[in-house]
Formats: sequence, structure tokens, C-alpha cells
Amino acid sequence: MRDTVTQGGLTAWLRAFAAAVARDREELTDLDAAIGDADHGSNMDRGMQAVVGKLGGLSPDEAGVGVGALLKTVGMTLVSTVGGAAGPLYGSLFLDMGKAAGEDAELTVAQWATAVEAGVRGVQARGKAELGDKTMIDALAPAAEALSAAAACGLSLADALRRTAEAAAQGMKATTPLVARKGRASYLGERSAGHQDPGATSSWLLMQAAAEALASDAPPDRPRT
Amino acid sequence: MKKLINQPEDAVKEELEGVAAAHGDRLRVHTAPNYIVRADAPVHGKVALVSGGGSGHEPMHGGFVGLGMLDAACPGEVFTSPTPDQVLEAAKAVNGGAGVLLIVKNYSGDVMNFEMAAELAEDEGIEVEQVVIDDDVAVKDSLYTAGRRGVGATVLAEKICGAAAEQRWPLPDVAGLCRKVNANARSMGVALTSCTVPTAGKPTFELADDEIELGIGIHGEPGRERRKLAPAHAIVETLATAVVKDLPFGRGDEVLAFVNGMGGTPLMELYVVYNELHTLLEGWGIAIGRNLIGSYMTSLDMAGCSITLLRLDDELTAFWDAPVNTTGLRWGV
Repeated sequence: MRDTVTQGGLTAWLRAFAAAVARDREELTDLDAAIGDADHGSNMDRGMQAVVGKLGGLSPDEAGVGVGALLKTVGMTLVSTVGGAAGPLYGSLFLDMGKAAGEDAELTVAQWATAVEAGVRGVQARGKAELGDKTMIDALAPAAEALSAAAACGLSLADALRRTAEAAAQGMKATTPLVARKGRASYLGERSAGHQDPGATSSWLLMQAAAEALASDAPPDRPRT
Repeated sequence: MKKLINQPEDAVKEELEGVAAAHGDRLRVHTAPNYIVRADAPVHGKVALVSGGGSGHEPMHGGFVGLGMLDAACPGEVFTSPTPDQVLEAAKAVNGGAGVLLIVKNYSGDVMNFEMAAELAEDEGIEVEQVVIDDDVAVKDSLYTAGRRGVGATVLAEKICGAAAEQRWPLPDVAGLCRKVNANARSMGVALTSCTVPTAGKPTFELADDEIELGIGIHGEPGRERRKLAPAHAIVETLATAVVKDLPFGRGDEVLAFVNGMGGTPLMELYVVYNELHTLLEGWGIAIGRNLIGSYMTSLDMAGCSITLLRLDDELTAFWDAPVNTTGLRWGV
């Protein structure tokens, strides 16, 4: 296991997230059908398949630069393929993580925590959601906080990612009783209570995938020449 | 599900191919990314109007591209917002040097995707303004929701602002006019049936044979309440009362009355609705100066209608009457 975030780790993470979204596609869509418009699973699956396709076909230029560039490529791919509200939100997450990550080839736990915090702030700026509005933020904000706390304590990358995923899981579960205040679910008012938020669920999958794969020392994809 | 389609996931693509085949004289259809522009775009020195949204609302927005209305429309997947790269490419294709107005309906996805598109366009040196339309009175409390949805006023704003742009109004003024239309328009709809998204293959929501959903959204979002079916006069009175009280419209006002079909309701019934609306407004001392009756902003195969009232003044009336030549609206040419 590595103690830094590298392009190889990022690639493994994104592939693991894509696989999780594909596996839970119907579940995400069913959660969305209850309080939204029944397309979160299919939209995220389409976007992550595009990301995986992109990872396999990066030019040496794209693959050769740092962690930040790869994250930005992921963000732009999601923005242009997911659509709906999830496209700009997940797109902003990765774009702003990419901006914060900069040109370094690998990131320490503390640098990774800074990048994730920037990404989550980007999601909040785009969607204007606060904690407790029954959105992705309910999983992402506690996750970013847990990651920063873990980094401050000097935890290893693997341990920090595990705590991050646990915080995301708690945040996700806590959305069930909430009344939605943002997005299509908000039109339901009180009727949105009693359903777990689909966006918070996919955000937990993202953090869970990081715990499983981001610290792996898999080599990055060989750039296409 | 019975639909005249081939593969559900090909429906939007094949629709666009059909539009290109039918209207190549007036429109250019671009694919990957998808957008429709008027054949003479970019029009030099004219503010370009760009709108878009999910497919399934035809003729909105592609049917409103042309002289006197939109310069470009960006169709997303069915009931799914277009993506920022689509909107950016459309804006670049129609920018005639006087800037671009993005007309956006207030749905979380649309607002965010157009906002990102506006940022990208500004990065490329294009002057951009955005106006968000939110005329649906069925959504009450904007503090605890994503806010009122954009419905019928969108069609009116696109027509009126398109006319102002043809007269070479500058971008801030066209945007101001768009906000004025939005501020003076209110709408509410009713569904008699659900609708079926091709890729979903089953109705978006369940509605019993003897039930209606008052305050329906154009993607089948829930409204204010579910009721037993009633005669047209009772349904129209409920819708019109909610619309009139909200602005409020009052005695002596002159309005544009827009009765819009949701896709599955015959024109015959829309005229029955208009007749009821006309009688009611007359009784309330509100004069109908202009009207529009037909299916202009649909929700696939949903049966139902929406009523939009726009308070008119001389300026709005003149722009409404100005020539328009699109596949969806055409007069004065």
C-alpha cells in the first residue's frame, strides 16, 4: 500500500467507483425514482463508463502531467456526459479537486485532504446546498471533514480513507429522515422524508471506492502512443 | 408502452435527424454535441438567444429557432438537461458579436449546466447574460424548495425577446425584457394522465383513471394536490384562480392568455378550456388582449394542459405581434 495519492491510485479508484456505480445502477435509479426522476443510476453509469474509456485512452501529454490534470479531465468528462444535476455537481467536485491538487505527481494525505475539501466546496458553490438539505453534501461534507481530521492526526492514507468512507456512510444514512430542500426532490416537501438520498448514496460509493482502491500501488495506465 | 420509435435510446438522435431532413432550409442541426441553429446564424450585430432543456417538450425549444425567436436550441436527453459543452458550442455558433442571452428554465440541472456553460463562454470572450424563468405558481415556498419551475412563460419570453433582438436591442436590454416577461407571467398546469419516458418504458407516476394532478410539472413532478376528475369549468377555475391571485392580476389588466396542451390532449379540449378561461377572466374584469392556444410546451404523451397569463403593456404587445418564422410559431412573414 502507498501512503501517497498517485495517478495509478487515482485510476484504480475511478475504476472501482465505475464498477460500483455499474453494480448499484438499479439501486441508485430506484432511490431516485422514489423522490426524483429515476435517472441517477443510468446517468452516473454513462458518465463513469466515459471516464473509464478516457482513462484507457489518455495521450502521453494528458497522462504525463500531475494528479491535478487527471482529476480535471475526469471532471470535464463527467460534465459533458452525465447531464442533469449530477453532471455539474460531480464535474465541479473533480474540477475543483484538480485545481487544488496542482501539478504534483503525487500527493500526501494532507494535500489530498486539501484537494477533497476544495472539491466539496466546489459542489456547494455550484448547487448552493447546505448540510441537511438531503443532497450529496450530506455525505461529502462529513467525509471531507473526517479526512482532514485524519490528516491532521498523521494517519496513514489507508486509515484516513477508511475513516472518510465511514463518515460518508453515516452522512448518507442520515439523509433518510430529512425533508429535501434542493433539487427535484424538494417539490415533494414532506413526502421526501423516509427515503435515502440517491446523490448522497453515489457520493458514499465514491468514498467507499477510495477506501478500497486509492491507496493501491497499481501502476498508472500505460499511455497510448 | 406503445410508441412510434425504433430503439428507445435512439429516439432523440433520430428526432434530430428528422428535423434536419424536414427543415434544412430554415435550420441547421448539429450532432455531437446536439444543437439546432437558425440557417442564417450567426446574425451579425444581433444578440443571440440560446435556450435548451430536456427533450420531450417539443416543439419547445427546437421548434422556436428562427427569425424573431431563438438563434439556437440545445436538446438534452429526454427530460434531462443539456450539458455545458453543448450550450457552449451552440453559443459560439450563433454569437454575432453582440453577446448571447441564455434563457433557462428553473430546474436544478438546467440552472447548473447553463451556469457552467456561461462561465465557459465568458472564458472564451463571449458576453453572456442568463435569465431564469420561474412562473409556476404550483410550487409555493422557494425557501424550502429548488424554487418555482419554469413553464409556459418560457415560450412567451422566447418570442418577445426574440423580437427585441431582431430590432437590435443590446444584450442588457434584451435580458431586462426577459426578466420583465418572467415577472409579469404566472402559470399552473394539470395532468389527466402520466407520461412515459421512452427509455423508462413505464409511466413516470401513477394516476388513477378518475384522478387528476393539479399543479403538475412538465417532467411529471408532483403538484399541489391530487383530486377527482371534475368538469372543465371547475378545473379551469382552480387553475385560473391560483394564477390570478398569485401575481396578482386585477380588474383593468390586459393579458396574453396561453392555453398549452401537454402533448396528449386534443385541441378540441384546449378550446373548451380557453372558453372557460375567457368567461372567467371577463367576469373578473381582466381583458384578453392576445391569446395562444395549442401544444407548445409538452410533456411527451401526458394528457392535460397549463394556463399562463402574461400582463401586457404596449411594449410587450408590439413584440408579441412582431414577425416570427419558426417551425412552431409563424406569423407576420
